Amino acid sequence: MRACLYFQVHQPFRIKKNYSVFDIGKNNDYFDEQLNASLLQKVASKSYIPANALLLKLLQKHEELKLSFSITGTALDQFMMFCPEVLHGFQALCDTGRVEFLNETYYHSLAFLFDRQEFDEQVEMHSRCIKKLFGQKPKVFRNTELIYNNSLAEHVKKMGFKAVLSEGAEKVLGWRSPNFVYASPSGISLLMKNYKLSDDIAFRFSDKKWSEYPLSSEKFANWVCNAGGDLVNLFLDYETFGEHQWAESGIFRFLEKLPKELIKNKVSFVTPSELISLPAKDVVDVPNFVSWADVERDLSAWMGNKMQQAALAKLYALKQHVPKESIGDWRMLSTSDHFYYMCTKWFADGDVHKYFNPYDSPYDCFISFMNAMNDLALRAKVSELGSKTTEQWVRV
Amino acid sequence: MNVLMFGWEFPPYKTGGLGTACYGLTKGLSQQGIDVTFVVPFDSEDVSPAFVKLVGVKMLGVKSLLSPYQTGKQYCSVKNKRSVYGCDLFAEVDRYAVEASKLMNSSFDVIHAHDWMTYRAGILAKKRFKKPFIAHIHATEYDRTAGHPDLLIVEREAEGLRCADFVVANSYRLKEEVMRFYNIPGRKIVVVHWAIDHDDPASNVVHVPGWKEKTVLFLGRITVQKGPDYFVELASKVLNYCNNVRFVMAGSGDMLPSVISKSIECGLSDKMVFTGLLAGGDVHKAFSMADLFVMPSVSEPFGLVALESIKNGTPCIISKQSGVSEVLHHCFKVDFWDVDKMANIIISALSNKEVLDEMRARSFEEVERMTLDIPAKKIINLYNKVVSG
Repeated sequence: MRACLYFQVHQPFRIKKNYSVFDIGKNNDYFDEQLNASLLQKVASKSYIPANALLLKLLQKHEELKLSFSITGTALDQFMMFCPEVLHGFQALCDTGRVEFLNETYYHSLAFLFDRQEFDEQVEMHSRCIKKLFGQKPKVFRNTELIYNNSLAEHVKKMGFKAVLSEGAEKVLGWRSPNFVYASPSGISLLMKNYKLSDDIAFRFSDKKWSEYPLSSEKFANWVCNAGGDLVNLFLDYETFGEHQWAESGIFRFLEKLPKELIKNKVSFVTPSELISLPAKDVVDVPNFVSWADVERDLSAWMGNKMQQAALAKLYALKQHVPKESIGDWRMLSTSDHFYYMCTKWFADGDVHKYFNPYDSPYDCFISFMNAMNDLALRAKVSELGSKTTEQWVRV
Repeated sequence: MNVLMFGWEFPPYKTGGLGTACYGLTKGLSQQGIDVTFVVPFDSEDVSPAFVKLVGVKMLGVKSLLSPYQTGKQYCSVKNKRSVYGCDLFAEVDRYAVEASKLMNSSFDVIHAHDWMTYRAGILAKKRFKKPFIAHIHATEYDRTAGHPDLLIVEREAEGLRCADFVVANSYRLKEEVMRFYNIPGRKIVVVHWAIDHDDPASNVVHVPGWKEKTVLFLGRITVQKGPDYFVELASKVLNYCNNVRFVMAGSGDMLPSVISKSIECGLSDKMVFTGLLAGGDVHKAFSMADLFVMPSVSEPFGLVALESIKNGTPCIISKQSGVSEVLHHCFKVDFWDVDKMANIIISALSNKEVLDEMRARSFEEVERMTLDIPAKKIINLYNKVVSG
């Protein structure tokens, strides 16, 4: 049995809560530097810094261990601005030679759904950034929030990627196990998240009502060993360690013992690019978009309501008019988190949408976003942002 | 279970949320099989009580000049025209208590009184019949006067809360106030948030305003507690920025003259509409014609009017200083003094209609779930607890 450990690292540039209609035309400083810095420093001290230190220790101790990360451009930018120690930690991991970095859109955006040219540019920006900071040229692609369908696979294959990550949801796999490498209809390798085992750590680890609580490394390693198939893809938000699951829950002790227990169970470690050589078990046809968000595992977390749809449609209508010197601001507005914060279905879904969410409500987020975007439209000398709807924009 | 209940207003004779709340409570209780005898201080020279038909609810009227939200001064101005009633507000409250207790027999299990004017009657009934007494508080004197209380009323309020076996408060915020101002221990106070009556047929009224501009509504007593002056400031700020909005102020109260003159001073006379006190269907019309409802209350123990607005399809901006903000999510919440933020919300929301469409749909679903049986069941649990000792 093989285990592929992959961690997602992302922080957005949050828009000022109080960016108001009275700022339009007067103030183009949209992003809340103070808040972003303090949130980043908080999550760095609770999660990124101790987790990096622990993983470095583990890589030094177990020469079998291999890991992979995808770190967004907006997170990397903020590490450099507010907490360089975190970046140095990732670089130290990279220096072991056993850590692989994946490619995604620099701004953690939904560009693939709306604007393929913009998508290509953001992917290219991210690739250059990874090369510069870590000296690697990524071969494997992961789209924002594991948003995936056949056309994404086909598109990134043309861009030269060898494999792409996806959510191993039942609605995609049916009766098939996520523990194999699959192929898309266009022929690129598909790595499917084992969401049951991944979520045991990410969501259930500290849930005292869970029948398996407390989760020990021994028990978990045993589950991985006996999961069946060729490999287990454990895809997790990196903030799971220390932020979503607090240090007090024992999550770091769990992580510390995990490699040893997996090795004891004869589980070897692989990175995504090493899995490309495994033969594909089957072709998986995914005509509709899937993601790793919420219970629906679709696009509704970002574009399920009219506010989200209006904000996205207008943002992408604006792009072609934005002057070069303002494109950075436009791109920071394209980060998917802004739309995630506008989601109104969180009562049924629990609290996930509230992580790092500074707004009092989805409505307040929408208002700040629209005001910032209207200021940008003014700078772009656009008076009307068009009436094209999200459905007309999104090519499935 | 038989309940003897003292109130001071009941539909259709009401000026504020208390009447609506009492109606909702007794309706909820009667649907759960509780018998309620409701005693009200109706001035029978003005109106002849034609009581609403609720199964299991019996109404008893005591001739009195008391009216809700009355101050001592206001009572005296009404009293001057009549002779048989108490010489001042407090004497009248005592007279009401004695008269009310004459109407009673001992065939009830628990006494439940709403706000300070009826607490004396509750205390008297408790002493006479040795039955448990629940003091229900809808607002403290500190709320009603935005921190400038009449100390005689404070004394009456304190007496009622102290003598009660249990206190029911409409929100956590009100519970904390009762603990802070009146030193009542928290274990004696039960929080019961209000719900609304979903059977009211008048809430399907559709009314289109006679103007093209967007409409922003204030609806409530025009008194310091409700923050009407902030609404005028808000109107001025918004109209300074854009011209396509009208502000409607519905309600009456002691601050109406000053609010009208302030609006004229600010040059808002052609953009601000005053309706005076609205009754029945007109309330629904006002909600129906508005694009946004604003409740800038300085201190609002609950704020049932926000739920009524949503029920009528009008999204809300509510003050964070309100009890309803503890249970309502799909709305804008602001500090009552944050006029800039309210103005930003109004201008932004009126120019991006998606936000109001979404909020309208989501808040309606949320309020649909706030049914009368929820508070009724909590109150019945309390009745069972006090009756079984």
